[in-house]
Amino acid sequence: MKFLRKQLDMVEPLFKKGGKLEKLYPLYEANDTFLFTPGEVTKGTSHVRDAIDMKRMMSTVIVALVPCILMALWNTGYQANLAIAEQGAKPLQTSITGLDSITRDYLFTQVLGMEYDPHNPIANLVHGALWFLPVYIACMAVGGLCEVTFAIIRGHEINEGFLVSGMLFPLTLPPAIPLWQVGLGIAFGIVVGKEIFGGTGKNFLNPALTARAFLYFAHASFMSGDRVWTAAAAENGVDGWTAATTLGSMATADVAQAADVNAVSGLSWFDCFMGWIPGSMGETSTLACLIGAAILIASGIGSWRIMTGVLLGAIGMSCMLYAFREYSDNSMVYLSPLRHLVVGGFAFGTVFMATDPVSASMTESGKWWYGGLIGVMTVLIRVINPAFAEGIMLAILFGNVMAPLIDYCVIQSNVKRRAARYATT
Amino acid sequence: MADPKIKDVLLEPILNNNPIALQVLGICSALAVTTKLETSIIMAIAVTAVTACSNAAVSAIRSYIPSSIRIIVQMTVIASLVIVVDQILKAVAYEASKTMSVFVGLIITNCIVMGRAEAFAMKNPVVVSFWDGVGNCLGYGLILIVVGFFRELFGSGKLLGFEVLPLSSAGGWYEPNGLMLLPPSAFFIIGAFIWVLRSFKSDQINRDPVL
Repeated sequence: MKFLRKQLDMVEPLFKKGGKLEKLYPLYEANDTFLFTPGEVTKGTSHVRDAIDMKRMMSTVIVALVPCILMALWNTGYQANLAIAEQGAKPLQTSITGLDSITRDYLFTQVLGMEYDPHNPIANLVHGALWFLPVYIACMAVGGLCEVTFAIIRGHEINEGFLVSGMLFPLTLPPAIPLWQVGLGIAFGIVVGKEIFGGTGKNFLNPALTARAFLYFAHASFMSGDRVWTAAAAENGVDGWTAATTLGSMATADVAQAADVNAVSGLSWFDCFMGWIPGSMGETSTLACLIGAAILIASGIGSWRIMTGVLLGAIGMSCMLYAFREYSDNSMVYLSPLRHLVVGGFAFGTVFMATDPVSASMTESGKWWYGGLIGVMTVLIRVINPAFAEGIMLAILFGNVMAPLIDYCVIQSNVKRRAARYATT
Repeated sequence: MADPKIKDVLLEPILNNNPIALQVLGICSALAVTTKLETSIIMAIAVTAVTACSNAAVSAIRSYIPSSIRIIVQMTVIASLVIVVDQILKAVAYEASKTMSVFVGLIITNCIVMGRAEAFAMKNPVVVSFWDGVGNCLGYGLILIVVGFFRELFGSGKLLGFEVLPLSSAGGWYEPNGLMLLPPSAFFIIGAFIWVLRSFKSDQINRDPVL
């Protein structure tokens, strides 16, 4: 470690004011503080002194994401291997970069010499990695470039916030998404969702979700429907393999049969809870998200108030809809409250997206309202809106937009209450 | 106020005092009719005609309008002109007028028309008012055409109906961006336009109020 420190100290003058590479200081700073604890201490008259800084905070989120990442690798491979080995799907023949003739099928079977075997965890992990890693690398490369460009032009530090956004975004994507779309999406998310408002800490929207929402509306056919959730091709070798999510099959189900969700979707509650179901790469497993939630809550990084708020909002709204299911001709209302919690991106969004400390409500009681609003909106969009099968993304973005208003109301009511208590007016 | 010069009223609103980018007028139609470049251009011409003529007409009778009913008089002038433009469009470019449907009629609600009549034509002579109307609508039309250009190009791979980027659904390579066909995309493009504009003309940046 001393060696590293020396090396860094040696090049430091180059990047300081007046140095040759002064403009690239953000790059140096990012590397230095990534490796070592920053030397700066709080200046001025602040009263709160805390060992946690942005870097530790964001790194903890990455740690909390580890179960979801592992699940993303395994499940992406498992779904694809299962479809190919046992259900008659074909491997997808799209090349990795779009320019060469090297396909994942070629890499997997020829270069690595592996077989599409869903019962072999290694084969699942490797196959999953072949889908997930290129998406992740594309996301980090393009997003990182945007981030560094803005950091250098604006002279602010490169922030670990991007490591989290750049991790969250690939996890919310379907496996076979074209890489140029990943780059386009994250560029939009970073620039429009974050940098034009002044960078990390000033964004009112969650950048990862902004990126996903952009892709969702710009290239809907790659982001929704039944054919995008498994990284395998249909029998004709061209179209995507049809594997509907619970939300997708419930939305199109016949009302008469909708009461039996297991039969309609072919997936049990436990399948959905564990996450061996088709879906966005890292969002399928509620269990993995719960482990992440435990880490975030224990370390005090993620707000348990927000998570509980979302949970209560969703349960409340879905109980109400479920209670009146007999009177509706909408098959989605037959989705029980318990099932709502494990399907789609609900768990992932609740734990990792809604709790984004920048775009969420800041006040403690505001967090309850903010969470509740997201929960209610999620179920409302899922059930009532026929255009969108999943609602958590739009609900969180809606919550982000409402958060400042919620905070304002909380503060104003607090001011009023205090004024009344002390009779100052 | 010094008498405004024709050159100034004609050219200032294009970049220095753009009705959409700086005055924030007429955003609604910039979202509604800009899916295609063709309709953007027609809309720009139609609004230019209405604003220039209404400015001239209002300016010509400005000394005779009682100030208590001036808004209603301006509205009458503008409404008549909009009807004339609508009828001409139906006669000359029927297909385009059908795709633009109500938005031609809705020129009457375009804030630029009324805004210029009230803010400029009521105080200035006929000729300069006329050119003020033309100038402002050049600024408005510029944005409309920029927005229409990007939305048609990226949303459907065409320009003025001609194929520029061959679509993947028809054997080409371009995957159309569905967001560009939705009205909110105009917000993003106008926002980006304002961003670029203000990077060059920093005096247009809204400074935070000093507390």
